[in-house]
Amino acid sequence: MKSTLLALSVAMAVGLGVSACGEKKTEAAAGENGAVTVKIGQSSPLTGPQAHIGKDNDNGVRLAIDEINASKPVIDGKPVTFEVMSEDDQADPKTATIVAQRMIDEGIVGVIGHLNSGATIPASKVYSDNNIPQISPSATAIKYTDQGFKTAFRVMTNDAQQGKVLGAYAAKLGKKVAIIDDQTAYGQGLAAEVEKAAKAAGAEVVAVEHTNDKASDFTAILTSIKGKAPDVVFFGGMDPQAAPIAKQMHQLGMTAQLLGGDGMQTPKFIELAAADAEGAIASIPGLPIDKMPKGADFKQKFEAKYGQIQLYSPYAYDAAYVMVDAMKRANSTDPAKYLPELGKTSFEGVTGKISFDAKGDLTSGPITLYKVQAGQWTTLETILPQ
Amino acid sequence: MNVLEILRGKAWLTAGLLLVGLILLPFLVEASLGKSWLRIIDFALLYIMLALGLNIVVGYAGLLDLGYVAFYAVGAYCWALLASPHFGLNLPFWVILPVGAAVAALFGVLLGTPTLRLRGDYLAIVTLGFGEIIRIFINNLNAPVNITNGPQGITSIEPISIGGFSLGKTQEVLGLTLSSPHLYYYLFLLCVALVVFVCMRLENSRIGRAWVAIREDEMAAAAAGINTRNIKLLAFAMGATFGGLSGGLFASFQGFVSPESFNLMESIMILSMIVLGGMGNIVGVIVGAILVTVIPEALRYTGDLQQAVFGKVFVDPADLRMLLFGMALVLMMLLRPSGLLPSKQRRQELAEDAA
Amino acid sequence: MDIFAQQLVNGLVLGSVYALVALGYTLVYGILELINFAHGETTMMGSMIALAVIGALFGVAPDLPGILIVLAGLLVAIPACMLLGYSIERVAYRPLRHAPRLAPLITAIGMSIVLQNVAMLIWGKQYIAFPTTLLPQGRHDVFGASITDVQIAILVLTVTIMAGLVTLVNRTRLGRAMRATAQAPAVAQLMGVNVNRVISATFVIGAALAAIAGVMVSANYGQAHYYMGFLLGLKAFSAAVLGGIGNLAGAMLGGLLLGVIEALGAGYIGDLTGGFLGSNYQDIFAFLVLILVLTLKPSGLLGSRSVERA
Repeated sequence: MKSTLLALSVAMAVGLGVSACGEKKTEAAAGENGAVTVKIGQSSPLTGPQAHIGKDNDNGVRLAIDEINASKPVIDGKPVTFEVMSEDDQADPKTATIVAQRMIDEGIVGVIGHLNSGATIPASKVYSDNNIPQISPSATAIKYTDQGFKTAFRVMTNDAQQGKVLGAYAAKLGKKVAIIDDQTAYGQGLAAEVEKAAKAAGAEVVAVEHTNDKASDFTAILTSIKGKAPDVVFFGGMDPQAAPIAKQMHQLGMTAQLLGGDGMQTPKFIELAAADAEGAIASIPGLPIDKMPKGADFKQKFEAKYGQIQLYSPYAYDAAYVMVDAMKRANSTDPAKYLPELGKTSFEGVTGKISFDAKGDLTSGPITLYKVQAGQWTTLETILPQ
Repeated sequence: MNVLEILRGKAWLTAGLLLVGLILLPFLVEASLGKSWLRIIDFALLYIMLALGLNIVVGYAGLLDLGYVAFYAVGAYCWALLASPHFGLNLPFWVILPVGAAVAALFGVLLGTPTLRLRGDYLAIVTLGFGEIIRIFINNLNAPVNITNGPQGITSIEPISIGGFSLGKTQEVLGLTLSSPHLYYYLFLLCVALVVFVCMRLENSRIGRAWVAIREDEMAAAAAGINTRNIKLLAFAMGATFGGLSGGLFASFQGFVSPESFNLMESIMILSMIVLGGMGNIVGVIVGAILVTVIPEALRYTGDLQQAVFGKVFVDPADLRMLLFGMALVLMMLLRPSGLLPSKQRRQELAEDAA
Repeated sequence: MDIFAQQLVNGLVLGSVYALVALGYTLVYGILELINFAHGETTMMGSMIALAVIGALFGVAPDLPGILIVLAGLLVAIPACMLLGYSIERVAYRPLRHAPRLAPLITAIGMSIVLQNVAMLIWGKQYIAFPTTLLPQGRHDVFGASITDVQIAILVLTVTIMAGLVTLVNRTRLGRAMRATAQAPAVAQLMGVNVNRVISATFVIGAALAAIAGVMVSANYGQAHYYMGFLLGLKAFSAAVLGGIGNLAGAMLGGLLLGVIEALGAGYIGDLTGGFLGSNYQDIFAFLVLILVLTLKPSGLLGSRSVERA
């Protein structure tokens, strides 16, 4: 009993000691030189299976902030330097709330993130409790903006917005549609909306199959789908699964059209699936980047600095601009002051015109469909929501 | 060391100091490190409960369980379903917590029964399978009938509210402004104290000795008249109860649950807490849980450390964090193979080996 | 197309990979009663190293025959993984040979986290493409099922390796020493067997198999990633237990069985239950069979009941 208590006290002291060490280091780093520095948070998975997409978001935010800093912004009469504070949320809901709190402790005035809906939703509560505006560049779950938080925004369409377009398009491609999802909040959410929309447009959904976001063998479900002879196979999920699906469809001699959402519309998909990527169709919210006024410029600058665009970096880039834009209009970096301005955003970004509805969703997101032709994603058509 | 010498023999004084220290801890942490560390400490307390629960199964009874996170999930989803707009229910905490713990205990018995004949690594893989099965079910029970809302998870879960006093928002208490993680800290601390108390009582009871007997030699234990079946099931049920309890607390604290919080890696982490700290030893397990929760968070500061030492950041701290954590796990086990604070029994066994 | 035949082929190809990785688990377990959790990561390392070599060689000499380039990748990956397997044993397991049972399990988990993150630092966070054009792309019809050249190669290689391994264990001096060590390490030592060398050899052989499996996986699926070892290792470990861990034929049987169960489960569960359960329960199927088998036969299909060491 005595030794128990004794050891407990020691354990506590050790715990405190460890944390105290951490603290000293932060203070040392926080020694800034005179100018007004404003911190903007960025959070996405920087380790684990989705790290490459998480890093892409980080790069998008950094590029925007570097550009903004180079333009020597002045807010409320003072020159402002923005600083990106980037934290790894490991795509884990629990870690997401910790890093959210950590960034708030460090005095961020707004956050671009998170990447996954599963991390974005629990973190959004922490931001809302602390009145910190949040713009997710990539979370698509309907629930995110549906919780009644005034601080939650996104520059990405939600599952329903994109699912509606994709479902109707699938029905246009063929009468029989098969659907595969990857059992994540993103994939399942999108696939469910596509299924609804495809049925509404008169298509027959002949199969609904599921896999997971770590799988690489899909032959079993594809064989079963092949037996039902669909015209279109829709996949709700990310490129690491979409590529082997494209490959294995050909291995099995399937001729159905592969259709996917934004998770599949990546250069990595083409690189991984190589010849088998040919002919695949995928959508991504917004207008084609090369058609946007600043698009080509963005692409060139991004590639020069970080290499190929993976997926959501243009959205992360826009999100950072939208946030600073609201600060400029409010003439304040105080979250309480610029939050109302954020809701009134009307911004020409590289992904399209950005404005928010009362919930924080994009008001009128056009969605563009692309097809792989000669090893390139080429624009097929842009669909405006009804 | 002198202070420790004086304190030795004065258990009540030590206990008093510890209590004061624990009550003041969140104030110190918040003032020096910020609220994020308050949150980390809250999670550490949750993990202490989980680790103590698993310790009953693995540490006392010697049943290697790799699917422990299932009970955590069951408790969390019980809370989420009974106190959220998902089913439009909002039962008070003193109903849900016992229900969650009881349902988890039931699952413990349910999963324990078919595994009674299995030993060692076979038991490990089967419990791992059960853990995955529960997770997969939770992930899929949104169709044909929507029970768990599938991969989307359940949002807007009610925080704990005691007689109208909600722990979910900042409150004024005795002139002090206490944030939500701060309030939860005290609740979690109370629960940990309860769990520690139960564990200590169990350790020195007939049941506790029966568990150890089964761990050391199941056949001899049976021969000595111990009903090994019931005693093993009791271990599963007790462990699951604590898992269910912390699950419920987790759900209310987070306000959101989704299947991805309950994956295999979580089970493995809880197991490494008890092995690292010292299996079968309550204090060891607590220390292990604190270390495994705190180290990965503390390693977020390696960027600042690189900055301070080399004047620039060579490797992104995010990239380095898990690498260092893995190395720490290996190193600590190499240096202290039976855990940082081995249980008395194990210490004796080791001494015999050496002799 | 015959759906059943196709699902059988799907399952056998998947199962072969499981089997090859499972052999590594079973070899080590048979001798040390240790779950080498880092084995899945060795497989990942094998495929990453091979890909690095293949990529470099393809860049320098694109005119070389594709198969030669892949072979070169394999020939670098195998010794590299052998060295890795040897080092893992020396660093993480040998010092703990007389420690409590669970201690090496935790170092194994630690090693696997370390290897994942080292791979991430070296090769980045991206999925890496396997230049599939290097290998023959033929597709054949067998009993109404379609099978590719790469898949045929996987099946043939797996069977060959299995046969080689059985010969090694049953017909060679090293094999005899391995069996003796598995039976009773202390006695084997007294009879002049260098137990440490035998254990090292076991790890090295297992790692070589892992390297081959890693290359197979990336060639078949066209990609590799630093995280790919975890799930593969888990499945292979389940396969080894299913077949009776410590038993070579058991690992083979368990792997193939698990692959076929997964394929048939995913393929037919939806139709069998009238759409009530779908392929989302694919993994449950595999685990249920595992639990069922172990409940009826607690030491796996081909395992023998061994007295547990404390």
